[in-house]
Amino acid sequence: MRTKDLVATAISNTFRSKLRTTLTVLAIFVGAFTLTLTNAVGAGVSQYVDAQVGALGSPDVFIITQASDQTTAGDGPVKYDPSSSASVSSQQGPPGTTTKALTATDLTKIGDTTGIVSVDPIRSVQTDYIEYDSGTQYEFSINPTSAVTTADLTAGAQLDSSASDAQLVLPDTFVSPLGFTSAADAVGASVSIGITDILGAKHTVDATVVGVSLESLLASGAGANDTLIAALADAQSGGIETAVTSYGVAVAQFDAALSPDGVTALKSDLATQGYSARTIEDQLGAVQTVINGIVGVLNAFAVIALIAAAFGIINTLLMSVQERTREIGLMKAMGMSGGKVYTLFSLEAIVIGFLGSAIGAGVAIGLGTALSAVLSQGFLSGLPGLNILLFEPTSVAFVIGLVMLIAFLSGTLPAQRAAKQNPIESLRYE
Amino acid sequence: MDSEWVIDAQGLEKSYGSGASRFDALKGVSVQIAPGETVAIVGKSGSGKSTLMHLLALLDAPDKGTLQVAGNDAKSLSKRAVNELRNKEFGFVFQQFFLTPNVSVLENVILPLKIAGLGGKERRRRGMEVLEQLELADKAGNKATTLSGGQKQRVVIGRALVNSPRVIFADEPTGNLDTATGAVVEDILFELNRSQGINLVIVTHDEELAARCDRQIYIRDGLIVSRTAGTHKTGAHAAEAAIPASSTDTLTVAGGAA
Repeated sequence: MRTKDLVATAISNTFRSKLRTTLTVLAIFVGAFTLTLTNAVGAGVSQYVDAQVGALGSPDVFIITQASDQTTAGDGPVKYDPSSSASVSSQQGPPGTTTKALTATDLTKIGDTTGIVSVDPIRSVQTDYIEYDSGTQYEFSINPTSAVTTADLTAGAQLDSSASDAQLVLPDTFVSPLGFTSAADAVGASVSIGITDILGAKHTVDATVVGVSLESLLASGAGANDTLIAALADAQSGGIETAVTSYGVAVAQFDAALSPDGVTALKSDLATQGYSARTIEDQLGAVQTVINGIVGVLNAFAVIALIAAAFGIINTLLMSVQERTREIGLMKAMGMSGGKVYTLFSLEAIVIGFLGSAIGAGVAIGLGTALSAVLSQGFLSGLPGLNILLFEPTSVAFVIGLVMLIAFLSGTLPAQRAAKQNPIESLRYE
Repeated sequence: MDSEWVIDAQGLEKSYGSGASRFDALKGVSVQIAPGETVAIVGKSGSGKSTLMHLLALLDAPDKGTLQVAGNDAKSLSKRAVNELRNKEFGFVFQQFFLTPNVSVLENVILPLKIAGLGGKERRRRGMEVLEQLELADKAGNKATTLSGGQKQRVVIGRALVNSPRVIFADEPTGNLDTATGAVVEDILFELNRSQGINLVIVTHDEELAARCDRQIYIRDGLIVSRTAGTHKTGAHAAEAAIPASSTDTLTVAGGAA
């Protein structure tokens, strides 16, 4: 029997007992539907987290602070040391936490550490407002680490850190209040940023909008390149050179070719020098572990549903073999080999598996896309850029393939039974 | 024809079960079938006549004895070769129709061709040819379940015929039919024998049907009790089949021994 004929026969046999096939397909449908959805949730959330990680920084940078200087009760007050005792307010830890500031000596020390390519202090600038074309002024802040981050752009381009002109990546919430018709319209426009210097005088600095970004869950504010930050910092210092001598945080770029072990070694190297170095992965690792755990549990439930469905397939095919005993006997009498009979029944199992999984995945994609659209407008509108259900073709194909494999394995027992049937006894069977 | 005999079976024995429940279905049976011959295997139920047919048709292997089909020793044939032999050289007609329901008449008829691995066009052509021959061409598209008993058995004959076999094995071919329809089916079978020289091996307990065959082999309790020498009804056919007189004698001798 030709393979084509075997497949065609298997398909037509599947539809012979419509009710039974439908019920079995339904059982597989539930499993495949769930598995497709949970995979989509996993993919959607990880994609969002990846975008957020990009917003926080490149993979090859450390966020470096002084190691925590929390005084422990009983140690008594720490003696003042003018070279290292400056403290700055920190965003790490509970509100009001301070960390020891990084001074120029610290930066040199960090920069000299083997493996570190460059180190830049994060200069925070407190801007007052932003305005476009002398329109309404809006309160405005700049994300100090934006020079090393990758923004989740809706229009335009990323910041160019080596550019000599002042560049700005505008959060998309500013687009229409500032008077732009669309995100694309804002790109290329020149905006003015208002800033008050330490003496109380007001200044404005002009910058060009190069991109528009989605607001990020983990890093807020606009993005500014080094030139703009420097210009703002100069304006803020009011011409007094010594205004900024210590920094809370520095960003160090390390050799991108470093292996994960090398990164760990570098971290402990910096730790012995008294600095805490963390990559973006470290900061988000916990979040991703939790997400992966949840998706894993959901997938496990879907697989349990599929295992239940597998017994349905076994049952259906065993009944089918029983019902068609004489037909099998006849085919064998007519010279069909046991191997071909086995293939025929295995194919029937696979056809059932394919039907259930293809319909399940199809319905999951249809419903999920609609649900995702509704959720992103309503319940999840606070998380722009989050596509809660992301259907990746490879993972959908993987689900269908997995279900077909499970179906094939379930079909093994009935198919073997059919293949082993003795033609004479089968023909005598009443 | 590469052999004097289409089927040459010597001293076939077959038993089922073991110990106290052991049942000897055949206790040493020799049968030879010449090209173009029609043979009836007659006996009551439980006599072993069906078992004999199954052995001759290579559906089962004997415990003892030798079986040659078209000059090949059945034992030396591989499983694959046996399957191919059954598929190409044998046709089967059973008391029950064993038609696949919900599938068209044509699909039922071409099943052996499908198993043989023939292409779709060729299958259709040969299937329609056979259906025309059996005056069922207009029913080709009908579902097998919608046919009458006689039509169903004609479809079954069509299925047995579609591979242009050398031998058609028929197990109680008219057992399920009323006398008139049975007679029509019998006529078709004997007409095939006459016009195409296809051997018929008919298992029956119907004396009238047995009488229409060239030769009758009577079986009781696993042994041949009597057999008749070949008396061809048509002289033309006897000449065409060219059975040497000596062969027929051998048969008689063998029958006497059993």
